[in-house]
Amino acid sequence: MIAHAIFFYTFSIIAVVSAIMVTASKNTVHSVFFLILDFISISCLFIMIGAEFLGMIMLIVYVGAVAVLFLFVVMMLNVAQQKNQWFAGQQSSRHIPVGLIISTLIFFEIIIVIGGWKYKPEIFDINNSISQTSISNTHSLGQILYTDYIHVFQISGMVLLVAMVGAIVLTFRQRSGVKRQSYIKQISRERAEGVEVLEVQSNKGVKIDD
Amino acid sequence: MEYLSIVFQEVYKILFLLVPVLVSVAMIVWLDRRVWAFVQKRQGPNVVGPFGLLQSLADALKYIFKEIIIPSSSNKIIFILAPIVTMTLALIAWAVIPFSATQVLADINVGILYLFAVSSLGVYGIIMGGWASNSKYPFLGAIRSAAQMVSYEVSIGVIIINVLLCVGSLNLNDIVIAQQNMWFVIPLFPMFVIFFISALAETNRPPFDLPEAEAELVAGYQTEYSGMMYAMFWLGEYANILLMCAMGTILFLGGWMSPIDVYPFTLVPGAIWLILKILFLFILFALVKAIVPRYRYDQLMRLGWKVFLPLSLIWVVLTASYLFYFNLLPVN
Repeated sequence: MIAHAIFFYTFSIIAVVSAIMVTASKNTVHSVFFLILDFISISCLFIMIGAEFLGMIMLIVYVGAVAVLFLFVVMMLNVAQQKNQWFAGQQSSRHIPVGLIISTLIFFEIIIVIGGWKYKPEIFDINNSISQTSISNTHSLGQILYTDYIHVFQISGMVLLVAMVGAIVLTFRQRSGVKRQSYIKQISRERAEGVEVLEVQSNKGVKIDD
Repeated sequence: MEYLSIVFQEVYKILFLLVPVLVSVAMIVWLDRRVWAFVQKRQGPNVVGPFGLLQSLADALKYIFKEIIIPSSSNKIIFILAPIVTMTLALIAWAVIPFSATQVLADINVGILYLFAVSSLGVYGIIMGGWASNSKYPFLGAIRSAAQMVSYEVSIGVIIINVLLCVGSLNLNDIVIAQQNMWFVIPLFPMFVIFFISALAETNRPPFDLPEAEAELVAGYQTEYSGMMYAMFWLGEYANILLMCAMGTILFLGGWMSPIDVYPFTLVPGAIWLILKILFLFILFALVKAIVPRYRYDQLMRLGWKVFLPLSLIWVVLTASYLFYFNLLPVN
């Protein structure tokens, strides 16, 4: 039990501190690294309460893919330069009201959630009983997700698909005059259409590519 | 006191796993160079020790005694962390690899997800190294490898789903035992081929070694590294290759199971079969390195997204419909 407590407090302290450091650190790339640390410690917490599938998916999706793309964008943008321009100009003050509105909304949401939260002392026994059953965490998740909530699950999948298609449509532009490599064309080329034997007359030459 | 003894036992087990892995990484570097030389009709490293077996040890000694140079304009903490991250991630994944039905350090329910997660985290060592060097070539190499590893991870994930459909469990031992009658390489052969090629790309092996393409990028993300830190990158890379071979063995080649289920073969311990199968896959890796020229970057991306991903997705639908139609879906 002591080991459990030690690990819980270690991971939660790392999670909270790194979450603060995400906003506090000056270097944007450092904040992304702290975000990754935060994700990892939260997935460790998930694993500790028995939600092993959720923890691993958190690692794979958030740390393995989303954060990599984050890092990718932040590194490419050269944010350190932009930040100086941002604070020097008058632009930053214009966005303060919007930021204030959003942050108050989030603040009230958190208050509502915490207000409705009841601490249940018997929660630990429930946890133990879950981990003692023979059905694994993944199986029980699948049994709920693909039976009771199948429609919600499918709709969320559709929403993601629409978002993906939308992103592709928004960024896709067809440019003219671009030579594209066509593999089928290359492979199906025969000698007859690729090579031509010409009679070259002296002092006249041959005109190719007309 | 009792608690401490448990801790010591676990540490003993971990050492018993990690030391052989590290030694075999050193040996595998030698094997890689020998196979490479063999294909090109050269001798390869054959001077240090019998057959040159101690070549890697000599190299390691050389690296240890070299100076570690940290560029003055680099981000020092991340620069030092990068090889450590690469090495650690390559080693922690071995915790879940089963060497027989009982010989496994951590027999967790979501073993294959853990393997997948750790292999997808491997990109961080490279990105951190490339960015922290604060130099153009390493940065380009890091960006390339980030895009490449994220792309090929997707198709590896879908291939894993194919296998899981046939198994019905995420536990690695269950995956091995499900192949008792037939290795998955036979019904899922196209998936095995795609997995093999994706594993090449995931571990930055030729013909997909764009992140360290020496013709364009000097040495990619490793350009600014020297001494032991460079050696750690190198060890981590080979440990990752071994890990990918182990993953392929478990998913498709029956893991620790003996190929023929008759008397003299079943006497051989599972660990030996696993090692032999990993070696077989590794020699294939080494042969590919010697035979195939490097891909162009856009060809690499096209192969990942436009060929492998649709193909493996279609195969998921086929496998699922076949299993469903013939009522073969695993139920527990």
